[in-house]
Amino acid sequence: MAEETKREHTWGPRADNVLIGKDIQRIDAADKSSGRAKYSADINTPGTLYARLLTSNQAHAKIKKLNVDPATQVEGVRAVYVFPTAYDIETGESKELRWDGAPIVAVAADRPEIAADGVRAIEIEYEPLPFFVDEEDIEGAKKAEEETGIKRLKSLGDNKKGDVAAAISDAVVVHKGYYGVHTISHMCLEPHGSHCEWQGDDKLEVHLSTQNVSGTPGQFSGALGLDETAVHVQSDYEGGGFGSKFAADEWGIACAELAKAAGKPVRLMLDRATDLKIAGTRPSGFIEVTIAADSEGNIVAWDSDHWGTNGTGGGTVRLSGIPYVFDFANRNRKATGLVCNTGPNRAWRAPPHPQLCAMTQTAMDDLAAKMGMDSYDLFMKNLNQVSKGLADRADVYRDQMKIAAEMIDWKAKWHPHGKGGGNGPVKRGLGLALHTWGGGAGPCSCLLKVHRDGSVETFLGSQDIGTGTRTVIAIVMAETFGLNLDQVKVNLGSSKYPKSGASGGSITVGGVSSAHRRAAQDALWQIFDLVAKKFNVPADALAARGGKIVSGGQEVCTWQQATALIGPMPLEVQGVNGRGTKDGLTSSTVGGVQMADVSVNTEDGTIRINDFVCVQDCGLIIDELTARSQVYGGMIMGISYALMEERIMDNHTGRYLNANLEDYKVPRIGDIGNLQVKMYQPASEYNRGVVGLGEPPVISPGAAISNAVANATGVRVPVLPLTPQRVLDALQKGGAA
Amino acid sequence: MKSFEFADPRTETEALELMGDNPEQTAIFAGGTDLIALMQADVIRPDRVVDIRNIESMQQVYEADGGVMVGALVTLDDVLENPLLADYASLVQAADAVHAIQIQSSGTIAGDLCHLPNCWYYRSGYGLLAQENGKSLPELGDGRYHAVFGNSGPAKYVTATRFAPAMIAWGAQVRIIGPGPEDEEVLPLEHFYKTPRTERQGTTVLKPGQLVSHVWLPRIAGAVSGNYDVLQTAGLDWPLASAAATLELSGGRVSDACIVLGFVAPTPWVSQEAASALLGQPVTEETAQLAGEAAVSRATPLKDNGYKVQLAKTAVKRAILRSAGLLEGGL
Amino acid sequence: MRDREHSSGRGSGLSRRAFLQGSGAAVAATAVATQATEAVAEAKKPSRLKSSKAQKVVLTVNGKEHTLMLEPRVTLLDALRNDLNLTGAKDVGVSSNDGADTVIIDGKAVAAGTRLAFAEQGKNITTVEGLSEGKNVDEVITAFVKHDATQCGYCTPGFVVAVRAFLNKNPGANLEQIRKGLGGNICRCGTYAGVTAAALELCQKGGA
Repeated sequence: MAEETKREHTWGPRADNVLIGKDIQRIDAADKSSGRAKYSADINTPGTLYARLLTSNQAHAKIKKLNVDPATQVEGVRAVYVFPTAYDIETGESKELRWDGAPIVAVAADRPEIAADGVRAIEIEYEPLPFFVDEEDIEGAKKAEEETGIKRLKSLGDNKKGDVAAAISDAVVVHKGYYGVHTISHMCLEPHGSHCEWQGDDKLEVHLSTQNVSGTPGQFSGALGLDETAVHVQSDYEGGGFGSKFAADEWGIACAELAKAAGKPVRLMLDRATDLKIAGTRPSGFIEVTIAADSEGNIVAWDSDHWGTNGTGGGTVRLSGIPYVFDFANRNRKATGLVCNTGPNRAWRAPPHPQLCAMTQTAMDDLAAKMGMDSYDLFMKNLNQVSKGLADRADVYRDQMKIAAEMIDWKAKWHPHGKGGGNGPVKRGLGLALHTWGGGAGPCSCLLKVHRDGSVETFLGSQDIGTGTRTVIAIVMAETFGLNLDQVKVNLGSSKYPKSGASGGSITVGGVSSAHRRAAQDALWQIFDLVAKKFNVPADALAARGGKIVSGGQEVCTWQQATALIGPMPLEVQGVNGRGTKDGLTSSTVGGVQMADVSVNTEDGTIRINDFVCVQDCGLIIDELTARSQVYGGMIMGISYALMEERIMDNHTGRYLNANLEDYKVPRIGDIGNLQVKMYQPASEYNRGVVGLGEPPVISPGAAISNAVANATGVRVPVLPLTPQRVLDALQKGGAA
Repeated sequence: MKSFEFADPRTETEALELMGDNPEQTAIFAGGTDLIALMQADVIRPDRVVDIRNIESMQQVYEADGGVMVGALVTLDDVLENPLLADYASLVQAADAVHAIQIQSSGTIAGDLCHLPNCWYYRSGYGLLAQENGKSLPELGDGRYHAVFGNSGPAKYVTATRFAPAMIAWGAQVRIIGPGPEDEEVLPLEHFYKTPRTERQGTTVLKPGQLVSHVWLPRIAGAVSGNYDVLQTAGLDWPLASAAATLELSGGRVSDACIVLGFVAPTPWVSQEAASALLGQPVTEETAQLAGEAAVSRATPLKDNGYKVQLAKTAVKRAILRSAGLLEGGL
Repeated sequence: MRDREHSSGRGSGLSRRAFLQGSGAAVAATAVATQATEAVAEAKKPSRLKSSKAQKVVLTVNGKEHTLMLEPRVTLLDALRNDLNLTGAKDVGVSSNDGADTVIIDGKAVAAGTRLAFAEQGKNITTVEGLSEGKNVDEVITAFVKHDATQCGYCTPGFVVAVRAFLNKNPGANLEQIRKGLGGNICRCGTYAGVTAAALELCQKGGA
């Protein structure tokens, strides 16, 4: 091998790329669009039974009586499983049911409606216990704690820096505000669940709706007392996870147990209400802030106290993230978690940045308004006070702010809060926010094979959760080998393949692209050596382009002629990316700026998005088409929690009232306005390698839209989502209605 | 969804016979857009489902008696497309505000008129009156979508019909048939709705074994109409409040008016106050605003839903302006 | 000013005849036919009423007839997904407002979860699978691929079918009409921008 030193894993010069960075159509889009793509909820192996759950209708209770015998007597019911987290069927001892929707019994039957008959036949009586679910009401939590002796408050500490009191007393402008964002559910369209099928007593095939193919077999085997080798998890397609599908979950174990008991495959997907209630929520956060600035708009002090809930864990949005993106010389912060009888939290896309952003940059916007200053100017000015770790990104933010402002015509359209004029009830306004995310490459191993006929394939235990992972891998392989996309095959979604990290936190694209670049380059170099020998050309002059091996622009041989040299067995190469591998292929830390132009109808409290722009960096972009789609998706999910979606808990019954898709409101196709996405990609971005993108664009919308509404109306609607009820209530309070 | 017998009559008489065997435990399938969900949630558990979609006499729209007869099975698509209904602008607007082709193709007029409440307590099995230990859950818990009128009794839910306000404002009559094969009655649609005081009473005057077969709309020369649904989202969504107006104008002034609100009370809510405020006035932004204010002058919001008073006011104003062709784009 | 009693009293001259005239005209041409119908009503009744037990159901899906044994309570969606393994239509929730279960029945977009399989016999049911048989791939699918209107893909088949039904009815629709007509489909990943672009392009081509 000549000149081994040149063989470093790198991305090629940007100008040479045929596929990387272009708009490349998703390779599985046709399968998804035509209904051929099979999700776990679609698995119908012969004899499949269907499961339904009995869940708690109490926020906090014990089970006084449980009789599942009537269910077993329903014709067509094949197995009944009592969740050990609810009730010990051996001893008759009830566990504490701590939230509405907690699973109690699962019934498997020949048909779903018969399983429902079985559930209906179960006899159950509850012994209600005291509950608390009002996550915004910290005083109520104190009172509940005093009255019942049940712990409802958990100090999450405080943290002080500089001299806040002195800075506030010296400041020219001081603003005190209250802001918040309610809990939301993940609401994946494919509910959580699985299809389990045993082969004998000791082999389990699981089709799991998961973001974590390689990590879940052990969760099944551990709970079922099997060797880890006995469990195979498969997930070809997954209908949305957003951070909530990393686990086998107790209902996954229930599915396996039912299948074992019935001796038949079982499909157990949560029903919509249960999925909303127990399969993942994003914690709430409510904050009281004092923020102060000097006469120039330099923020000199931040003092905050926040609370919220993540369910019975008593957590909320983390203390250390406040304030968000920015940090100030004089800064105090404090947090308290509320213990609520609500379904548990799970990672929700960019945890917990959307809340941090909505709790920080709203206060900054109000401070600007109080000073009569354009928020754009205040944000720009304070970019010299970004939090630790972002200092070298400040110039990028400045650049992105300028681009976004041009896209939305900020300077021409901006007006002081509430001073937009116009006679009618419709007020228009602008708001902005900016965000950050890590997105460093996650762990990934792949096994790449080049066959003698020139075909290429890879195997990895990753998953494509809709982010375009398959497509990205195919692009990297095809680009490296100089092939077309249809000449490479991507095999993922099986735990039998080399292990790959869970897809969460925007770490997948970096992991899979770098592992495949390494594997493909290693394979290519071996092929170059064979070609060099055969055709008597220097190996280090060879390149793979357009289905050919070339040297100095001259064709040496075709790709097939080259791979024919491999011999009868395929060339196999392992590609690996370890967490934290740093060889220039990937990097971390991205930023972005979003600006929203909204209209608020002050007569009915409705809000419409007019224009909504995002300027987003993410290093080297593999597929610009799917990258833009990620950003659109983040912005739309952001519109959702900014304007519509929230979990509504009933303080009186303790139940999740809107656990259905009519009352759990999300945007529809007409709600998104005119979205404009600009992928920020100067050479400096390309050169730092691949960084993840799934999380960041969902962070800013809450603050940006809330700020735009405040700009339109002159009144802050403090808590997200900005429903007509909250808008009208705030306007009435603010005297503008 | 528990098991049930299924019947698909071809005539009204057949339908009544098939409903008559066990009328208390029989449900009518018209469009299906809500019935299946209600049965899957075990909110209703019929022993028999009678699919009336194949009854031809109930599928038509035709001229009758100086008005237009609308069969129970007429769909939202039909309302949008049938030229005989084009002059009933408020109806067309109500159909147009259902932002989903799936519902427009399946949803029927009678299904809409008889739609059971969307109250989240009712849908979770707490009953129509949404009580627990004799206490009203919408009052004690969360009643943000509940009634701001007609809520002094135990019922706090809001009616879920999207068409009744417009139809009542036009003076619609409803034909009810059954329970006997020859039984029929015709009554003003306004009188079709009632507010239950006990769980056993329903949301309408329909008794077991009866069904709505037709609605008749009078033609009123020179009358104009408008409907306005306050929708939070641009997609398929239930109105937070709605209003319909039918106005007769003479010499540029309102000579007769009927204004009906939806989604604010357990029944469609006819506002005499709004109509009175408008009589003798020209339709302007100002008079419409005053009519809206008059409409809500006696509202009785619960602890959570004061904002709906503002929405009701706005809906009335916009329905009036829309009737006169004066409603500008909005958002 | 009218009092409350008269508020809806318009057209009080309505006669019972109007209803009878209408229903009679629609049912049959002659009174004889009506009498004949009544005469055989008893005989017909058994065929109109089906027991709650599983029984033969014939569904015509994508041009093919399928015979199944189903209880009347089985939804069309469950029959398609669980019995015919046509899993393109998805089960997303019990309510009919998510659009993921959209199929076309006799030309109209319908949420399959709101229909009983039993009641859809004799109708032409088209599922998403019927839009890409062999080499005949519907333009809607092609446009979805081109505009990246899929992410996780779970809502996508329902959206594709809804767009197809929408275009058949509104081949030259504008942006506002698209936004209104397709408001019955939920996407959680946020593919609406791509779906809009796909639908708009097809409308500009006349609904292809």
